[in-house]
Amino acid sequence: MKRNRTLAAAALVATLALTTAACGGSKGGGSNGGGDNASGKAGAAAGFNAAADKVVNPSTKKGGTLEMWTTTDVDSLDPGRAYYASVWNYERFYTRTLLAFDGKPGKDGLKLVPDLASAQPEVSADAKTYTFKLKPGLKFEDGSVITSKDIKYGIERIFAQDVVSGGPTYLINELDQGQNYKGPYTDSDPNKLGLKTVETPDDTTIVFHLAKPNSDFPFLLAMGSAAPVPQKLDAGSKYGDKPVSSGPYKFKSVEPGKGYELVRNENWDPASDPFRKALPDVVKLTVTTNADDMDARLLANTADLDWAQTGLSQAAQVKVLQDPSLKANTDDPYNGFIRYVTMAPTVAPFDNVHCRNAVLYAADTTALQTARGGSVAGSLYGSMLPPNILGSDDYDPFGLTKGKPNLDKAKEELKACGKADGFKTTIAVRGNKPKEVNSAVALQTALKAVNIDVTVDQYDGKLISSVIGAPDVVKSKGYGLIVMGWGADYPTGSGYLQPLVDGRFITQNGNNNYAEINDPEINGWFDQAAQATDPAKAAELYKKINHKVIDGAYYLPMVADKALNWRNPRLTNVYISDAFGEVDFQALGVSDGK
Amino acid sequence: MLVYLFRRLVNVVFMLLVVAAVTFGIFFMVPKLTGTDPAMLYVGKIADKVAVEGIRHKMGLDKSIIEQFWLFLKGVFVGRDYNAGTDMTHCAAPCLGYSFKTEREVWPLLLNRVGVDFSLAAGACVLWLVFGTATGVVSALRRGTALDRLTMSVALAGVSLPIYFTGLVALAVFGHQLGWFPINYTDLTDDPLAWFEGLVLPWVTLAFLYAATYARLSRATLLDVLGEDYIRTARAKGLKEPVVIGKHAMRSTLTPILTIFGMDLGGLLGGAVLTEKTFNLRGLGYEAVTSIQSSDLPVIMGVTLFAAFFIVMANLVVDLLYAVVDPRVRLT
Amino acid sequence: MSNTDQPNLADKSFLSVRDLKVHFPTDDGLVKSVNGLSFDLERGKTLGIVGESGSGKSVTSLSIMGLHRTGTKRGAPRISGEIWLDGEDLVAADPDRVRKLRGQKMAMIFQDPLTAMHPYYTVGAQIVEGYRAHHPGASKKEARKRAVEMLDRVGIPQPDRRVDNYPHEFSGGMRQRAMIAMALVNDPSLLIADEPTTALDVTVQAQILDLIRDLQKEFGSAVIIITHDLGVVAELADDILVMYGGKPVERGPAATIFESPEHPYTWGLLGSMPRLDRELQDRLIPVKGTPPSLINVPSGCAFHPRCPYAELTGGRSTSEVPALAEAAPRHHAACHLPIAERHRIFTEEIAPRL
Repeated sequence: MKRNRTLAAAALVATLALTTAACGGSKGGGSNGGGDNASGKAGAAAGFNAAADKVVNPSTKKGGTLEMWTTTDVDSLDPGRAYYASVWNYERFYTRTLLAFDGKPGKDGLKLVPDLASAQPEVSADAKTYTFKLKPGLKFEDGSVITSKDIKYGIERIFAQDVVSGGPTYLINELDQGQNYKGPYTDSDPNKLGLKTVETPDDTTIVFHLAKPNSDFPFLLAMGSAAPVPQKLDAGSKYGDKPVSSGPYKFKSVEPGKGYELVRNENWDPASDPFRKALPDVVKLTVTTNADDMDARLLANTADLDWAQTGLSQAAQVKVLQDPSLKANTDDPYNGFIRYVTMAPTVAPFDNVHCRNAVLYAADTTALQTARGGSVAGSLYGSMLPPNILGSDDYDPFGLTKGKPNLDKAKEELKACGKADGFKTTIAVRGNKPKEVNSAVALQTALKAVNIDVTVDQYDGKLISSVIGAPDVVKSKGYGLIVMGWGADYPTGSGYLQPLVDGRFITQNGNNNYAEINDPEINGWFDQAAQATDPAKAAELYKKINHKVIDGAYYLPMVADKALNWRNPRLTNVYISDAFGEVDFQALGVSDGK
Repeated sequence: MLVYLFRRLVNVVFMLLVVAAVTFGIFFMVPKLTGTDPAMLYVGKIADKVAVEGIRHKMGLDKSIIEQFWLFLKGVFVGRDYNAGTDMTHCAAPCLGYSFKTEREVWPLLLNRVGVDFSLAAGACVLWLVFGTATGVVSALRRGTALDRLTMSVALAGVSLPIYFTGLVALAVFGHQLGWFPINYTDLTDDPLAWFEGLVLPWVTLAFLYAATYARLSRATLLDVLGEDYIRTARAKGLKEPVVIGKHAMRSTLTPILTIFGMDLGGLLGGAVLTEKTFNLRGLGYEAVTSIQSSDLPVIMGVTLFAAFFIVMANLVVDLLYAVVDPRVRLT
Repeated sequence: MSNTDQPNLADKSFLSVRDLKVHFPTDDGLVKSVNGLSFDLERGKTLGIVGESGSGKSVTSLSIMGLHRTGTKRGAPRISGEIWLDGEDLVAADPDRVRKLRGQKMAMIFQDPLTAMHPYYTVGAQIVEGYRAHHPGASKKEARKRAVEMLDRVGIPQPDRRVDNYPHEFSGGMRQRAMIAMALVNDPSLLIADEPTTALDVTVQAQILDLIRDLQKEFGSAVIIITHDLGVVAELADDILVMYGGKPVERGPAATIFESPEHPYTWGLLGSMPRLDRELQDRLIPVKGTPPSLINVPSGCAFHPRCPYAELTGGRSTSEVPALAEAAPRHHAACHLPIAERHRIFTEEIAPRL
């Protein structure tokens, strides 16, 4: 009952989206469809998707209060512990890192620029040593100087996973190198700087020693988990209650579940900052449980932006899409997620590539898109590298973006698989995600046409890591099909693809490579890409990996995720950063100065 | 009396211990049966082994269940120390630990949450007690009239309609359509007027549900009482009818109402999940749901104990009040 | 006690009931609880009203007290006739006027003293309340003093202490004494005792009856004792009224009723009365059958279905309602049997077995 209603609503949204304007919907690829700017005239309403690849309302006007709202509370304000994309984006207000994503729209925002560092790092010839020089005179909010040791200390903190937990752990894997370092809290070194792979010869120099080359390493240093933390102000697990600012704003109040308020940090030097605008005087983030109320505030322009950037609710979407003047205040960018169905070769008959091919041909991708909320919620997509990552392209060997099943091909493949009469299998889906359940049902319906009989198994969504993340369970439960979604922690091909398709990432619990792809050629390409200093060369390798994975028919990409977000017309400097798939918060200003 | 009170309080503590032990047991048995690890919920996206170990250690999940339970009890009675990395944080008794998810101390968190339920209950209980009982009394005194039938039909509707229906209707009409009331909760300490306005709809809706029960109960009880011999005696003494009803009949009518009032209030303070959800209130009920969803053991324990505490205490208070109201009851 | 049914004597008697009818409408039909009752009672005299449950005796007393007014859900009871108390017609009087008389001029004692007293108030408080209801000027202290005095009067030891006890802390007999104290607190001229001893231990029953008699002498009030037990009224009552099916069937001085009862129903009642001076096997000849329905009262003489002598009336018992006629001076009975026949049957068949 509920599912049908949701489906109907989704279908309505989809129809509206298709009829009111062409929003680039069904065509996959790198373009964000920014050219659909309906009005074309600058001013009050910048136009639909106007912020996708250019700056809306450029301005240098300072003052006022930026009002962001959210229904999802922050996971942590401690840069070492946060994992939400919106927090990483939000951290840019109060956290600076050696390198940071440039404040530019579209793909330009994927570039790392020196932030605390005075320049790009010196990389040794063997690509295993990175040396950074810090800008002089950088200060924390308390006026103390930011030194290389504060950065090293900040990195060391995340090694204490029993204290600073929840954030990304890439740097541990990269820098521990057998030392088994347990973090500064139990460090016997008098200065608590016992991590051997990071050296701080002086206060403005920091040297990282890697075990093997990794061209993604700079991206790891752009994460909050590599942000400087002053040892004397570190509160361990409670640091998130009052993170010490190195950026243009500092916290005035932190009230979990209610809201957060940032005010100007007078010890931030604009001249030292490569991109931060710091226009509003105050940045407020209000937490509410009431999504309808938040949407109402957004549409009434009493709130500026949905902080979580997950899109308007169904009801508000319908309203917005029906009215071109409202629609002109929304953006519908890719958020870096691909929603897909994994086929597990460990579960027969998916050990046979032809059976996997059959599913790909028989899938009704339009129905799957509708199940997820229509074209505003995601574009049909042919491969497994999202459009905002270098190396992505329009590759679509199975014709998924055509939007309709190819039953003849599917039947041919079934025959080749030796299952001309079809087969039975089970699709695993998180029971608490209605869109995913809808997708599973849509796929079930489509596959019925070729006699593939699918049972939908809804499991407790919080048990991902021990259900679909446990290869044994996948096998024993016969999960031939698994509905999931994935977004990268850092916008490179390996950041996105490696956990999904690198055989060395398979774990017995918390696995993400559900298909258990372990192809030496793919693994080797990842290693080559890690050594490539030229991003273009790495991108070429990721493209090859992506194509090979798709050709292997392990994944059925359903959509490249999009979210229809409201933008208050009073906001200035609005653009989508491809690094986060969200509006770049730090660039925002308010035109009315209120 | 004092001995009785002491014995009952010991009983309360014992009950809470049993509740705590059972909750603890369920929390650890379920993952065992489903083969999951609560720690997996709190690592980042990629379940790195180091991270999982760290979190297990941090949450104390690497200790045996018995030891964890012992530490929990110790925390409740004498407080316990937590390693915050940079220093040891002392969590003073009664310490319910730290939320796995938010890392906030559970005790103050729940005290804050229960404030919402107190606010909710305070207004609603006055409304339902006054209107429910008054309606029932009037209905009983006008038995068989159109008024009686009308009020009892409304009461039947009140009992039958779930809060998420009446609540949503109230929200849609008075909150959204007419815009008479805000639909957000504000703390009393932040802004008393906004607090009041924000709670009007939940109060009325909740009171409607309960008032219906109370109307039916007080009507039935009063009708019973009016048939009692001592009411006839009171009339035979030549007392005025208002005295007969207001004094003699009502005193007896209120006794069973007091009982269910105590239980209802206790239950309500322990969290009103549906009401909270409908009106976006963050009380114990909200915390109960979210903590279970996120396997946040310390919060689950805390919520369960809070709810159990209120219900057990409500029981005790009702029993004590009973002794005050009814001289025949002896506290032994 | 008047000998006749003449209403012109109403102004002479202290209590005078004339053709009282009390009918309750119910879903099943009209319940004729009292259907044409007349009697008189002088000050200082005691009237015993005797009958089975459902004979209308309790409804009569409640009607006098004005306590019948709570009706069924089909409506209020219908009352007709006259109840003259000291020159005032209580049936026609304003309800509030009757309320003022209640507890003051007329008082009542109920059957079960445990349920008849409010369990949540002390005995003293309940007596005080009754006193102050009719003495608005009295202070609480005075009223309490009066309550203690009354408790003392009805023979409760340590009344100044017991006054603060709750009803459940009293024994059954003590409770009934307290009830009597409550009833007498305003010196009523008319006391109605509705089965005052039924719920009590046999040993206590006599004490309570003695108490009522002593108090009556002391206060000089008129007393109506309602009972199903002839033994209770045997020594206490001056006159006895026997009721059956909502109507009086026999009326006369107590001694006469016991010695030469006229009505077969009275014979039955006498037969079922335990007597210590008789052999066990001879005693207790119960009235056969069940009390009549008050909705469909049997035609003719209401007693005829249970009357062993009904066929001796030549069919009149089923067709004609017998009038309450004088059988002897001051002695009336409503029976179709010829007087001579009645006397013969009583002398030959009934008396030997009593």
